[in-house]
This record gives sequence, structure tokens and C-alpha cells, in this order.
Amino acid sequence: MTEPDRIVAGFARALRAQGLAVTLDSAVLFVRALDAVGPARRAPVYWAGRATLVRRPEDVPVYDRVFAAYWQDRVASAATMEAVPGPPVTLAVDEDDGGDTPPDAEERSDAGDVLALRWSAVEVLRHADLAGLRAEEWAEAQRLISALRVAAEVRPSRRTRPSRRRGHGPPDLRRTVRRSLAHGGVPIQRSWREPVTRPRRMVFLLDVSGSMEPYARGLVRFAHAAVASRGSGRVEVFALGTRLTRVTRELDRRDPEAALTAASGSIVDWSGGTRLGAGLREFNDRWGVRGAARGSVVVICSDGWDRGEPGLLASEMARLRRVAHRVVWVNPLKASPGYAPLARGMAAALPYVDDFVEGHSVSSLEHLAAILAAGGTEGAGGTEGAAGTGRAGRRKGVLQL
Amino acid sequence: MSALASDLSVEDVATALAREDYLADEGLATSIFLAIALQRPLLLEGEAGVGKTEVAKVLASWTGGELLRLQCYEGIDVSQAVYEWDYARQLLHLRAAESKGGPAAAEDDVYGERFLIRRPLLRAIDHGSGPPPVLLIDEVDRSDDEFEAFLLEFLSEYAVTIPELGTFRALQPPLVVITSNRTRDVHDALKRRCLYHWVQHPDFEREVAIIRLRAPQAAPRLACQVAAAVETLRGMRLYKPPGVAESIDWTAALAALGRSDIDERTVDLTLGTVLKYQEDQERARAAGIAELVRTAVARGGTGA
Ligand SMILES: Nc1ncnc2c1ncn2[C@@H]1O[C@H](COP(=O)(O)OP(=O)(O)OP(=O)(O)O)[C@@H](O)[C@H]1O
Ligand SMILES: [Mg+2]
Repeated sequence: MTEPDRIVAGFARALRAQGLAVTLDSAVLFVRALDAVGPARRAPVYWAGRATLVRRPEDVPVYDRVFAAYWQDRVASAATMEAVPGPPVTLAVDEDDGGDTPPDAEERSDAGDVLALRWSAVEVLRHADLAGLRAEEWAEAQRLISALRVAAEVRPSRRTRPSRRRGHGPPDLRRTVRRSLAHGGVPIQRSWREPVTRPRRMVFLLDVSGSMEPYARGLVRFAHAAVASRGSGRVEVFALGTRLTRVTRELDRRDPEAALTAASGSIVDWSGGTRLGAGLREFNDRWGVRGAARGSVVVICSDGWDRGEPGLLASEMARLRRVAHRVVWVNPLKASPGYAPLARGMAAALPYVDDFVEGHSVSSLEHLAAILAAGGTEGAGGTEGAAGTGRAGRRKGVLQL
Repeated sequence: MSALASDLSVEDVATALAREDYLADEGLATSIFLAIALQRPLLLEGEAGVGKTEVAKVLASWTGGELLRLQCYEGIDVSQAVYEWDYARQLLHLRAAESKGGPAAAEDDVYGERFLIRRPLLRAIDHGSGPPPVLLIDEVDRSDDEFEAFLLEFLSEYAVTIPELGTFRALQPPLVVITSNRTRDVHDALKRRCLYHWVQHPDFEREVAIIRLRAPQAAPRLACQVAAAVETLRGMRLYKPPGVAESIDWTAALAALGRSDIDERTVDLTLGTVLKYQEDQERARAAGIAELVRTAVARGGTGA
């Protein structure tokens, strides 16, 4: 290995240690880039590294820090680059998706808890309030939620495929021409295409403020089940606290346990206060209106206690409603006897909500999964009687409860 | 072409782009330089109006390569991106052959190059002699997974296979610029294939220089004041912060009204050229136009 290679390998490793996903091909590209710009000046080296090793603006601060620490004296000593043999370095690349953990590792660790629960206990557990579970019950509830298949309803995409049926989509000119070859160009047999369907994108906005904490854990896990479910569309997950945090990346791991830890780790204000309206505005500004929410099913999980500016929540809900395909509000408090959505924020938001459901127990989350797959309350049937009603007109009924 | 000279430097790139009226900072100039030197696609991400698309345009006019633009959207497929057969002409041809009473037209006939409609990706690799074209794949974040997967393959091989005609392969790969507004993340594998640059709003001095270049009719002082005001507006948490394009438009509008300084009334009148959303205009008015003008004049006043 030549000296520049060695230096780059060390730099790549330093970046990886700080959480940047630097792959081997990126590192190799950086070596070529260094060769092209020359190692003599700091700025070109800096920019060559940014162009080849960084692929997200969020990673720039980390890159800057590592760069400052690593290249200080390297660039100055560029002249000696070839002369000094450094300690041997291996280009070790850890591919996240490569290493399978033994499949039974997880099972073994909580097998004790699982065996302790008899079937009837599971039934009770399904209906129990997540906030009141003991540790071993919680472990089993997590397992049940993780096993849910969570996918949103399908939509016709703009992509088409050959079809036997006429009139479900545009004519297939390519096949029509090919088949007409046999008839001197007379298109006797026409071919057709039809739209391919695909699941809608799902966006989860999870309130992680203090009042929601016990449920937030269940719902984060529900969101993870959505990420992990086969045939589900793209899933985006955000935590709403005193500010908005995108946790999609953290949840995109195979091991739900690790994903959860990562998610709560990146939520700075787990258990802080909520400014729902402000959080929603940030989502709309940065993600929603620009694309993530467009045409998707948005699931907001919150008790609707908003400590922010009045009026903001309603106007941001209206904005969200304009771009989303459907908005589902999960409110664990809805299950409490005599509940009326009196929380100011909840009342302000309801007119823009398509489905208003519980989310306090495993079984209510099962119901939520059914609603998401069926595209609304009507389609899912009234299991549990948990689902609230749709927009505007029917809204009044809920308020009078 | 000078663009592809082997002794090209980052400074050469910056100078050449400036000659095309595009002022790139060192980071952008370096990534463009690397895209040319390493023959890798360049992925530019950034807010709307920061000058991503323009990069491809000025690259084309600098290098003399043809500009081939592919605007992405959801569901974009091979027939719009790569090639399509001209079905109407094929059918006409088959019928004509038949009505002449001759032997039915052979398949080879109908699937010849003259019935082929070439879309940007095919044209980018099958371009004949002369400088390689500049392929602009604009707003890739609007496309979908299938297209990204196809693109990844295309950008690795620079080859396209048409079943009826065989494989087309680029003798010299095109210069590829991909842009994204980041409404969603582009797939990692595709990103890794590319060099990456996050395009930011220019700093004050560069913005003044860009405005003066693109709106030379305006007083230099006005350019400074507009740049200062725009900088303030960008700090306001707007739905759509103004880009360079808006600064230029605004300056042009103010100049057309005969202004060489901004003032409260004119700013109020022309606010729509710089803030495109009603809510954003309201937010700016709530923060105070008078204050906006005062700070902008204080900062850009002398035009120095
Ligand atoms: N660095 C620059 N030098 C000169 N002109 C610039 C520069 N940056 C932007 N501009 C001007 O701003 C205009 C808008 O740029 P462009 O259309 O490339 O933005 P964009 O990033 O592609 O935006 P969008 O995301 O809206 O497509 C260009 O026409 C150009 O006149
Ligand atoms: Mg553009």
C-alpha cells in the first residue's frame, strides 16, 4: 500500500468511527481525486474528500471535525508522503448488511419471559394499556407489535405493465406493432397496458413528549414493523418533541431492539414538552410540502396536548391535509372512558383528520394496521369500536361524546 | 476542447465558468473539475434556485458539447428516457409495403434505425464525433426506485441494449450532471456512483457579483442592497427561501422601475418577485419591510 493510500485508509476509518458510511469504493475514489487535485494545499484536499466521501449535508459537520483533526499536519508534510513508511493499515470496510447475527441470539435472550406467559395471558396483554405494563409484559407486547404486518393501501402508479384486459390503461403500441407484423401491418390484435399498483408511502409523526412516553415506545415499534414489513412502501418516521427529528435511518435496521435504542438516542427531548404546531410546521417546511407527505398516508401519534401558539396547529394541519392522501390520528387517550378531545390542539386538528383511532394497546395497534391496509375506517370494519370517524360533517359527533 | 485537456486545473474550471457568467465557489468548482477529470457523474443537491440546473447549461456552452436534458418525474421509463419506436411510421410503412402487393415487409425493415426515436440517454452515449455531450438528469428525486436502478446501471456501463438493434456503447462517456431538490433521498448506491456536492446559497459578496453579472443594467448599489435584503429574508424560516434566481429577478424588476436604491414602498410592491408564497410575503411584512430596507441599505448602501 502506498503512503497516500495509507493516509486515506486512516482518514476513512476515522470518519467511520464517527458514524459516516464510508465504503471502500468511495475511499478509492478519494485517492484518485487526491491525485487529480494534488495534495499540496488544504482546500482542494478538503473539497476532494467532501465530493467523494460525503453524500448528505447532515454529514458535513462530522466531516469537518474529523478533517480538521486528521489533516492538520498531513498536508504540510505532503512532500514526505512517499518517504515515510507508516504503520500498516488495512482497508477494513464494515458492510452493515453483511454480517448476520445468529438468528436465535435474540430468542435466547428473552426466552424466559416468553415461556412465562400462558396463552390466556397473551390475550389479556393484547388489550392491556401499554402504560401499565410490567417489564416482562412489555417485552412480550413488543414482540407482538413487531410481528404485525404493517403496509399502507395501494395506489395505481404511473408505471404500466402488459395487460390482457382492454381499457384499464393505455394501448401497448410496441406489442401491437409486433403482432401486426404477421398481418402486413394491420393491427388486428391490439395489446393493452394497465397501471401497476404499489403501496402508498407512510409517514409516521410520533409525539415523544412526556405525556406520550409509554405509548411512544409502542408506536416507535409499530413504525419499525412498518419499515420491516415486506411489500410495504417507503416509510418515513419523525419524532415530534420540542423539535422535529427524523429517525427513518435509525429505524432502518434489521434488529428492532437496536433500532429503538438508536431512535430514542437521536431524540434529544424524549419526555420533553411538545409544541405540536411548530413541529408540524417544521415537518411541512422541510419534508412534507416538498415531497415526503405528498400522496402518502400520514399517521400522527399524539395526545394532542399542544403547548405552542394557538392557531398554528390548525393551519399546519390544513397544509398537511392538502398534500397527504390521508391523515390518521392515533390518540392513546381516546381509549379512556368518557374521553372527549378537549385538548385544545386535538380539537384544532380534528377537522383535518380522516381517521381518529386509539393506540393504547396491542389490539388497538392491530386495528390501526388494518385501517392502514384497507385505506380507511370503512374498509377495516369496526373491530374494537376503536376507530373514530372521518372529516368535517361527522366530526361534530366525536366532539359531543 | 479545453474542458477536457489533461492539464486542466480547478482554477481553469472556475475561470471558464465565470466566462459563461456562472460564478462557482471553490467547492463547486472542485467537484466539477473532478467530474471531468475522473469521468464520474456529478450529483448536485440543494435548495431550489441555487443554480444546480444552470451548471449543466454553462458546462455545455463551455465545452461545446451538446446539452441533453432529461427532466425526471414519477413513472419515467425507457420510452421517454432512452428510446422508443415510431409506431405510427412503422405501421404506415408495413401497410404501404402491403398495398404495393410486394412481399410483406421484413421485420428488419421496420426495426431499423430510421424508425428509432432517440431519447436523451441514448443520445448521450451515441453522439458521434466532437466533444462529449453534457447529460443533465434534472430533479432525479422526482423519479422512482425503478428508474434509479436503471440509472445506476446506465451510469456504470454507459451502454444501452435495444433488442432489435443490439448494444450501443459510448466511446467517450458524456459529462453527467444529476440534480435533486432532496424531496427524498436518492438511493445510496446511486449516490456512491457519483461525486456529490451540496450547493448552498452564495455568500453576500458572491451573490452581489452574480447579480451584477446577470442584471448588469442595475446600479451596483442596488445589487448590494438586494443581496443584503435577500440574506435577511433567508433567515426568516420561509416556506420557500429566495434563491439566486429570485435575487436576479428582483433586481431586474427594481431596475426596470427606475430605482437605484430600495425603499419601503417599492419593496412592498415588488415583494412577489422574490417571495412566491402568500404566507411568506405575510411573514416578511409582519417582520417589517421598513426594518428590512433599513438594514439592507446600511449593509449595501455605498455599493462598495
Ligand atoms: N453561481 C451562479 N452564477 C451565476 N448565476 C447563477 C448562479 N447560481 C444561480 N444563478 C442563476 O440563478 C438561476 C436559477 O438557477 P437554476 O435554475 O440552475 O437553479 P436550480 O438550483 O436548478 O433550481 P430548481 O431547484 O428550482 O430547479 C439561473 O438561471 C442563474 O441565472
Ligand atoms: Mg433546476
